[in-house]
Amino acid sequence: MACLVRSWIPLLFLQSFLVAIAFGSNEGEEFSEELLLKPLPDRKVLAHFHFENRAPPSNSHGRNHHLFPKAISQLVQKFRVKEMELSFTQGRWNHEHWGGFDPLSSMNAKPVGVELWAVFDVPQSQVDISWKNLTHALSGLFCASINFLESSTSYAAPTWGFGTNSDKLRYGSLPREAVCTENLTPWLKLLPCRDKDGISALMNRPSVYRGFYHSQRLHLSTVESGQEGLGSGIVLEQTLTVVIQPETTSVETNMQPSWSLSSLFGRKVVGSCVLAKSSNVYLQLEGRLGHESKNVDTEIEAHKLWMNSDFDLSLKPDRVIRESSSLLFIFDIDKSSDSEPFDLGLTWKLPSKWSCEQAPLHASRFLMGSGNERGAIAILLKATESQEKLSGRNLTTDGRCTIKANIFQIFPWYIKVYYHTLQIFVDQQQKTDSEVLKKINVSPSTDKVSSGMLEMMLELPCEVKSAAISIEYDKGFLHIDEYPPDANQGFDIPSALISFPSHHASLDFQEELSKSPLLSSFKEKSLVRSYTEVLLVPLTTPDFSMPYNVITITCTIFALYFGSLLNVLRRRIGEEERFLKSQAGKKRGGLKQLLSRLTAKIRGRPIEAPSSESPAAESSFLSSKLIFKIILVAGAAAAWQYFSTDK
Amino acid sequence: MATEKRNKEEEEVKTDDGSPKIKPRPIVQLGIFLVAHSPVFSVVFSAAGVLALLILPLLAKNTYISENALMPGSARSMLSNRDVSDGSKLVKDIKNYRLNHEGQGVEVQKLVGKYMSEMVAEVYYQKFHPEGNQFHPLHFFSGPDSYTLLDNVSCASYGVNVAGIIRAPRGDGKESIVLVTPYDFINGGDYEALSLGITSTLFSLLARVTWLSKDIIWLVADSRYGDYRPVAAWLSEYHSPSFKVSDLLKCGERNTADNFRRAGTVAAALVLKVDGRSERFEDTLSIYAEASNGQMPNLDLINVVNYLAVHRQGFYVKVEKVVSLLSSSWLKIIGEIFEAVGKLAHTLNPDWNFGIPVADYLEGSATLASSLYSQALGIPTGPHGAFRDNQVDAITLKVSPRFPPDSKTRQHDFFLRGARLLEGTIRSVNNLLEKFHQSFFLYLLTSPSKFISVGVYMIAFALLVAPLPMVAASLYIEGCKALTKSTDNPTENLKSWKWLDAAKQVFALHLFGFIVTLLPYFICQVPGQHSPSNRSIMWGTTSSSLLLITFAAIPGCSPFTSRHHGTHWAVLKSVTISAAFIGLCLMSIINFATAEIGALLLVPTCLMAQPIKPALRSRRIKSMLGAFCSMVLLTIGFPVMFFAISKGLFGEGLVGLSLGGEFWTWLESLWAWKSATYLYIGMVHLPCWLLCLCILFHPS
Repeated sequence: MACLVRSWIPLLFLQSFLVAIAFGSNEGEEFSEELLLKPLPDRKVLAHFHFENRAPPSNSHGRNHHLFPKAISQLVQKFRVKEMELSFTQGRWNHEHWGGFDPLSSMNAKPVGVELWAVFDVPQSQVDISWKNLTHALSGLFCASINFLESSTSYAAPTWGFGTNSDKLRYGSLPREAVCTENLTPWLKLLPCRDKDGISALMNRPSVYRGFYHSQRLHLSTVESGQEGLGSGIVLEQTLTVVIQPETTSVETNMQPSWSLSSLFGRKVVGSCVLAKSSNVYLQLEGRLGHESKNVDTEIEAHKLWMNSDFDLSLKPDRVIRESSSLLFIFDIDKSSDSEPFDLGLTWKLPSKWSCEQAPLHASRFLMGSGNERGAIAILLKATESQEKLSGRNLTTDGRCTIKANIFQIFPWYIKVYYHTLQIFVDQQQKTDSEVLKKINVSPSTDKVSSGMLEMMLELPCEVKSAAISIEYDKGFLHIDEYPPDANQGFDIPSALISFPSHHASLDFQEELSKSPLLSSFKEKSLVRSYTEVLLVPLTTPDFSMPYNVITITCTIFALYFGSLLNVLRRRIGEEERFLKSQAGKKRGGLKQLLSRLTAKIRGRPIEAPSSESPAAESSFLSSKLIFKIILVAGAAAAWQYFSTDK
Repeated sequence: MATEKRNKEEEEVKTDDGSPKIKPRPIVQLGIFLVAHSPVFSVVFSAAGVLALLILPLLAKNTYISENALMPGSARSMLSNRDVSDGSKLVKDIKNYRLNHEGQGVEVQKLVGKYMSEMVAEVYYQKFHPEGNQFHPLHFFSGPDSYTLLDNVSCASYGVNVAGIIRAPRGDGKESIVLVTPYDFINGGDYEALSLGITSTLFSLLARVTWLSKDIIWLVADSRYGDYRPVAAWLSEYHSPSFKVSDLLKCGERNTADNFRRAGTVAAALVLKVDGRSERFEDTLSIYAEASNGQMPNLDLINVVNYLAVHRQGFYVKVEKVVSLLSSSWLKIIGEIFEAVGKLAHTLNPDWNFGIPVADYLEGSATLASSLYSQALGIPTGPHGAFRDNQVDAITLKVSPRFPPDSKTRQHDFFLRGARLLEGTIRSVNNLLEKFHQSFFLYLLTSPSKFISVGVYMIAFALLVAPLPMVAASLYIEGCKALTKSTDNPTENLKSWKWLDAAKQVFALHLFGFIVTLLPYFICQVPGQHSPSNRSIMWGTTSSSLLLITFAAIPGCSPFTSRHHGTHWAVLKSVTISAAFIGLCLMSIINFATAEIGALLLVPTCLMAQPIKPALRSRRIKSMLGAFCSMVLLTIGFPVMFFAISKGLFGEGLVGLSLGGEFWTWLESLWAWKSATYLYIGMVHLPCWLLCLCILFHPS
């Protein structure tokens, strides 16, 4: 017992010391943890964990950090990363039901698998080298095969289509990467409290991975201090977005399911992470403002907001903030403790229906054609309901209302795209390029060297119902050792990114905010973007048992070829004649004679007279020798057979 | 010493023409030997070929699941009574609706759509035009893209497909599995509605399971215009949509243009049909697998369904067979012989177990014959053919329940078992990481659980066509000798060009065959309505006049020209046989079954063909018999005649005067389905048959 106490004391000291450092100086590193919960129209619940870790530019710490993960700061210093984002995603973001025009979805709806992009602060010539090193470092850090992005056939350098204009930007994605706990654990290790305390304690693996969608993201950016001699600061943003279906017992299908944190995750929050500067939980309810009264001054009105005829919250919110179309309840979890854990619950009393705001155009992508022949990739943009509200925002100089859409797409080299076959249909009318295409940037692929890239800016009329883009391709052939282990599954074409450069999503809070990093990032205008589906292209695959056949056939052909060639080269007709003549003089073997008799009998000719004088004696002698040999071999064979089968 | 001298002398005697005598190589010797004895070998090989075909049911192997990932039946079924009641409710609703509202298909479609969307599926409706199959000679081998949109689409008749998609909760949406239930929304019977019930039961389950990794599409195909067309139309919209305006979209009140949804590459498809009452005690499941041009789905797909149906759900599984063969006495005798031989072999060595009972042999041969026939015809045996055209493995399952359609209690059990069968199959396909590639694509079925792979059934064909090059070579040598004898003119004695005249004739007749093949297209363009018999008469007359023109235009082509102009019949036969050999070998690559049946007809005809005049003149029984045989074979070999005989064989009754019309309809179906058999008949069989006719009446 004493021993235990003795070992506890220094730990306690250490912790208080750490806390003191964390909160001691204004200039120090800051960590904040937040959780946003949001019921979705299709009876699911979205949970968005947001952790932000700031290391200010300073020289005082040297290479040491108090809260900021050392691995990341080393990464930034070594590879001179200016900005970087890495995401691991499983499942598809449902743009129709989960929204496509809010900052949450435009930042966290990621393509399936791994996506990585980075901007470097190095001379142009060293960008590729830095990228390759970075992929290897991240691969080790996150237990994922990010190092496959190292190959120049798997990444691209977007110029403007990606949204970030920089010539030092590299982008790559691995659609087939399976995402699991092995990727989450190293990600959690970057948090000062890991998943032991605070909000991150909610991350119960089974419930996180049972969800319909989960995307873990790591975004880091460097902040230039502007002062001489001072390094740059780093902002590390870690988010985990999960869509979970709460378990319900009610049979009614139009009733939204009620849930609580413990029913969603199987755990409760017991206090905040002591190292965090702020730890808040937000609950966002969409589409609930139309019928509510505007003033929240009185206590009763405020109370009505969270306990009314529609729904009940199990806890009293610390603050309520109004947004243009939603309500935001803020809870501070500092007050919770072991005896009184924070377990927010939402109980619906009446069936309610609402819809999420959607991006101006819904994008879907599919393959045309079938089999191993040529095909085409088509991107279909369809107008959504919310388009009418948004239209009229951007008028061109001649007074036309237009929607701008950027399409950014990487093609692996084995998809040989014929860029001249690009066809654009707007409302089922074929349009010429000049009519709708504002900007296009194409970098064709080189076989086995680099992937192709297509960046397009479309300018569509606001009243557009649907637009389709199709582009034909041919399938390339891979070398036999370039095939992955499961080659017959087909090959993936990474998601295309559709962004709307003239549309920006942001939450428009009516009140001034506290210094919450999550909310301030929501308040900033972010580009509306959506990723399309990953496509599966069946390529011609060889029969992988073929090499064996090929080797045997090649060997046979070689043997035949060289045999006959040598025969031709070596053979001298004159010599042969002379040899034949001399041979004819010698006596014939018994077997030969037997054979010649047999052939003569078959051909029906008289037996040629034996040429030797005393052939009978010779042949009988020879044949007896031969018979002896045959008997010997047969005996050996029989013995072998007997002994081998007996055992 | 003395012997040496004598030998030397002998050697010198042998080589006195200047060149040293070298023994020919063994392979050359063998060739010469075969060519020299070609009559014997051709009989032996042909007989062996037919025997090999008859012996095939004995050589059939048991099927096995080749792809380990499939793991059929390893998971417990998750179907509950709730799902079944969903299915039963849909069937009841449809039935009630049909009773109250006669002939309102649209509402039934909406009802099905409503049920789908209640199961959280994405639902959409697709309009299609019923006429899709049109013969165009230039589009013969092109893919399914050639369903060009017709310009003037009438709104009077169009079908509407209903489709629902369940997205795999955690899947990446790259692949999908399609379930098809053809249903006639206007006059579909009670049995047909049961297929909707089974699929709806299954769909209700799939909407809540978490193990899906591929999206599931349920397509209720509007089978008002046949089973195949709606599925083909849906697939063509799925794989090669036209982004241009279609007139069809303006029809009807529902706008279907924009909401067509897709779900990635189709991994496999299952077509479910319920029809008629089972004749047996158990529920019967018939598997149809043959797609266009003898293409088959991967054997693993059939294996999985067969395994689950037999070992898990207790269905009686069968595949199509030629019923008339079951009672044929000659086949029975052959079966008995094989059984006796098998028993004898078993007594000699207990490890030799190739003998099978007569009943099994009869069943196997009847199934094999049907399998060969359906593959040779090149017409898909169900809507699954449309999938195979898009390189998707698919089969049609036809379930016949043993109860009348209005029996409520039995229906529950039937739905449960049907849906479990489909669930198991979907689960297996869902397990697949790679597409079907492990098992066979080239096989013939002799029972649902027995197959003959390509390596085995090739032998029969190879033996059948093997005599052709031998006979061609020996005839050529013979013809050359005869020609050198008959003509003393040294300029005509150029040895290597003797086949040229014959080749001209063969080429002319093949060209004629090509034109005859294309003629139906132009006959179809003739304005006005014509009955099939009239069309066939038109075709016949144009063809025969063309034939006469060919004979008149190319001298030496006709069998009626004088002896001195024509080529020697042996050379002509040699070139004919070579052409037939090349044609058959090419066809065996495109559609093996056609080549097999074609070889059975063409090889004896070609080998037996001999000028009839010298045979009559000689008045020897042997040559008379030969001439008679060749005449009989030629009569059977005429395509119309063979069509009539095979119709009789398949028990469809003897055909009367309308034979020409029926033949036309049959051919029309062949080209409408883009069957390569049609090309084979026109471009290989017909010219070779005509050439044999020329040889028969050769004036030598």
